[in-house]
Amino acid sequence: MSAQLVNEISIFVLAVFLGFEVISKVPTILHTPLMSGSNAIHGVILVGAMGIMAAAHGPLQDAIGFLAVLLATINVVGGYVVTDRMLEMFKSRNPRGPSQP
Amino acid sequence: MHFSAGVTLLYLLAAVLFIFGLHRLSSPRHARSGNLLAALGMVIAFVTTIPGLHHSALNLVLMSLAILVGIPVGAVAARSVKITAIPQMVASFNGVGGGAAALVAVVEFLRVPSGGTVSPVLSVSVVFAVVIGAVSFAGSAIAFTKLQELMRGTPITYPGQQPVNALVAAAIVVLGVLVVVSGIGVAGVWALLLLALILGVAFVLPIGGADMPVVISLLNAFTGLAVAGDGFVLGNPVLIVGGTLVGASGTFLTKMMSDAMGRSLNNLLFGAFGKIQVRPESAGALQRSVRDGSAEDVGTLLAYSQRVIVVPGYGLAVAQAQHALRDLADALEKRGVTVDYAIHPVAGRMPGHMNVLLAEANVPYEQLKDMEEINDSFRSADVALVVGANDVVNPAARNSPGSPIYGMPILNADQAKNIVFMKRSMRPGFAGIDNELLYDPKTTMLFGDAKDSLTKLVAAVKAA
Repeated sequence: MSAQLVNEISIFVLAVFLGFEVISKVPTILHTPLMSGSNAIHGVILVGAMGIMAAAHGPLQDAIGFLAVLLATINVVGGYVVTDRMLEMFKSRNPRGPSQP
Repeated sequence: MHFSAGVTLLYLLAAVLFIFGLHRLSSPRHARSGNLLAALGMVIAFVTTIPGLHHSALNLVLMSLAILVGIPVGAVAARSVKITAIPQMVASFNGVGGGAAALVAVVEFLRVPSGGTVSPVLSVSVVFAVVIGAVSFAGSAIAFTKLQELMRGTPITYPGQQPVNALVAAAIVVLGVLVVVSGIGVAGVWALLLLALILGVAFVLPIGGADMPVVISLLNAFTGLAVAGDGFVLGNPVLIVGGTLVGASGTFLTKMMSDAMGRSLNNLLFGAFGKIQVRPESAGALQRSVRDGSAEDVGTLLAYSQRVIVVPGYGLAVAQAQHALRDLADALEKRGVTVDYAIHPVAGRMPGHMNVLLAEANVPYEQLKDMEEINDSFRSADVALVVGANDVVNPAARNSPGSPIYGMPILNADQAKNIVFMKRSMRPGFAGIDNELLYDPKTTMLFGDAKDSLTKLVAAVKAA
């Protein structure tokens, strides 16, 4: 087993625990934005798709690589924008000032 | 793949921003900044990647073109989508991510020179990323189709469904093992991709539309894992961290969502299998009588109440009636009527969806009450005003064990002194089941478009 693989496995295992711990207790109203926000984070596949596209040889790899970059870009950009749009509404919740208790 | 120390540290920074962003996303006060921090991490990862790319001019042009097309497509779709359609939008963004993850693994496998040896780490990771990514892609596509109502939302079942799905899953496992141990190569990977697409479709078809948010959350976690798999394929740590974070937190979130609906994940995913849907005799249901009221009747009833609890549902959102509802609440409060909103955890089409919709109409946050908070208050309420909701007040969830929604916690609207249902028709709710409460002697129906009816109610309340 190469040193690199051992490193990668370590990162993976630590990230699993981190992923469980980092969102501990989420109120119901944030379930949808949280799902959408994490959906944008897996858009990091864009980085991988770019690497693949850059190194592609021949029309088949070019075509698949192109498609992968396109889909990943849509995932990243759409994911962050739609999440921000949801959260924007929470912010403007009470423009008429605090209401009476 | 080897990265320079600088690149590795920048990737680390991006990963830290993902973690920090995800953490902030789970608290209402910091959620928006959390999303922006995660986006900043993404920009850093993106920019860091560019100098290390070994490209020909053609590839660079193609890559830039793909990105330049993808940015407006994603941004415009996310900006222009109606708030009511957000769940299916999230499903499609998740689906394309899964598709990208599967394709990246395919290309990496294609790049192995024919006759060349493939390390087991590479082939295992490729098989994993292709299968999970493709299941997520196809499953998200079906979830989108159901939520967009291009296909009926009720569970689609057929004889032999479960054995057939199990067979497809088994074929994937066998083929996956063959690709890894025998090196059957590219053809095997294409076949895996095809089988995984079939499994994704078959897996989501039998799940009802109302359960779709939980399915999307699960598929979101799947895409995360596929991306992590690609991280192993490419030896890229930022993919491993980003993907795994989403995989783990997404699994946890899926569990929280199904808990909020009072369902076990197992029941939700596989509940429709092998169970004959006991649907009430629709002919019998049609013959039963309901009490149909006019806007004036209901307006008077509301105006002379002391306490009104509004139960908003998806129908409210579809009719874009949240502003009209706010006007009605204002008119009632002016007369001294106490108005609260009872928010079911899955009101709308996703947990939290209704809060977003009402926040858009500037409904004061303090008036939005969680189910646990308000359920005991229905007993003292004069009117429960159900606007475009159905399944979340259906007593079948309490009393009829055969019902698909049995066990789901519901709002106790039936305990109010009067119940007013505002509905377009007698059509059943998203879960496709009849609601006993509609025939209750305490219930008055106010048929029509929610926005029209609410506007008429405002006038009636002011006149009363």
